Amino acid sequence: MTHVPGPSSAPPAPAIHLSDAALGFGGRLLFSGLDMVAPAGQTTCLLGPSGVGKSSLLRLIAGLLTGTGRVAADDGKPVTGRIAWMGQQDLLLPWASVLENVTLGARLRGGRVGPAERDRAMALLAAVGLDDRAGCRPDALSGGMRQRAALARTLFEDRPIVLMDEPFSALDAITRLDMQDLAASLLAGRTVIMVTHDPLEALRLGHQVLVLSGSPARLSPPIMPAGDTPRPPDHPDLLALQAELLLRLRGGRAA
Amino acid sequence: MRGGRLLRGLVTLAGLILAWGLLVHLADLPHYILPGPERVALRLWDDWALLARHAGYTALEIVLGLVLGTLCGGLAALALTASAAARRWLLPLLLASQAVPVFAIAPLLVLWLGYGMASKVAMATLIIFFPVTASFFDGLRRTEPGWLDLARTMGASPWAVLRHIRVPAALPALASGLRMAAAVAPIGAVVGEWVGASAGLGYLMLHATARVQTDLTFAALFILALLAVGLWLLVDLTVRRALPWLPDSVMSKEET
Repeated sequence: MTHVPGPSSAPPAPAIHLSDAALGFGGRLLFSGLDMVAPAGQTTCLLGPSGVGKSSLLRLIAGLLTGTGRVAADDGKPVTGRIAWMGQQDLLLPWASVLENVTLGARLRGGRVGPAERDRAMALLAAVGLDDRAGCRPDALSGGMRQRAALARTLFEDRPIVLMDEPFSALDAITRLDMQDLAASLLAGRTVIMVTHDPLEALRLGHQVLVLSGSPARLSPPIMPAGDTPRPPDHPDLLALQAELLLRLRGGRAA
Repeated sequence: MRGGRLLRGLVTLAGLILAWGLLVHLADLPHYILPGPERVALRLWDDWALLARHAGYTALEIVLGLVLGTLCGGLAALALTASAAARRWLLPLLLASQAVPVFAIAPLLVLWLGYGMASKVAMATLIIFFPVTASFFDGLRRTEPGWLDLARTMGASPWAVLRHIRVPAALPALASGLRMAAAVAPIGAVVGEWVGASAGLGYLMLHATARVQTDLTFAALFILALLAVGLWLLVDLTVRRALPWLPDSVMSKEET
């Protein structure tokens, strides 16, 4: 386990309850009457065929889309302001160094990036193995490194809730496995909702896996794979579940 | 391959001068219609001090116009981005202002601002203002939506987003506007000088032509072209230095 320094008073992560959510897109109803629970301090993976609305659902929870429905945390405090977002692209600013990218949130909130923030950012960069690249611009990094920098930026926000929209989909298979291991260890203890189209990724990282399918889309009952995350990619139970999920996702698309 | 580029430029220039000389000698044109290159060169040599004085005047007008126009254009684009009211009131006005040719109001500017430098700087500023505003505003509007989403989840104020994301992301667009501005700025200054001035290359050309000193006109024109090209290269180089992160897939291939 990598030790990452942060405020020791970090509050415990809340569970997220989404109730009666409805969203349309381009004149089409994506889903309505949708309920979902993301358990506290655990990772929920959201699987589904492409175009089913899983990214939209995540954006709805993040407050980036306006739809109907209620997003609430079980500790009664508002969800907005306690979310860190990680998107499909790394979204690194091309003109800023890796370190400046990691500390972007602090500057955007109008704060100074002092020695304390720099130290914390450097520690996070060390945790993702990029401390020797802190001064580089993103265009000098490989795709995997860029995504690791994005992960460090997400962690720098130090929010109890982390929403990830297919964060590793642009990476090659091997780099993706490495990133999954890294994310699982660094995001432990936070409430994570991760959208992915990769059943293996969902089964490796998710404490619970939900499948969104159909039109309008419905959520499956949660699948809870056994064992600690990140689960080894070669475990027979995992592979059997993966095969089952693949069949289900293809069926969901044909329907 | 810097030397190669320079060599190509020189070969092109030599070819053009040769064609010009041939045309003058074969068609036997009188020197007051089209002077040969050797006459113009001689004039450049003889009247160097005179040309330099007027060129300095014009160059100052162009540079001042460029600075002022860029400043005004940049501020206008920022205002348009920041405020919906500015977009509603200022944008139609901006577009309408472009419907009036700057050349048409040159006499008015001279009337209001006098025969001195101010009216020429105003001309150059006016002619630069629109391309800078339009391209910078375009860049400010086309910020990558993913960055804006990210900024929203980070709890950024609109002002912080403008400062840390929108403006840096729009700098390449501003750079295109600046290149365009550098190319048209000399037009503004010279037109201003034609309408009424007591110094500058445009003034010199007008008077030389009236006195059938066509070779002097050409010499002034040559200096003006040098000024314009030099200014463009300077702006281009500055912009590239300022934005090293910008990928340039066309030029970088040619320079290797």
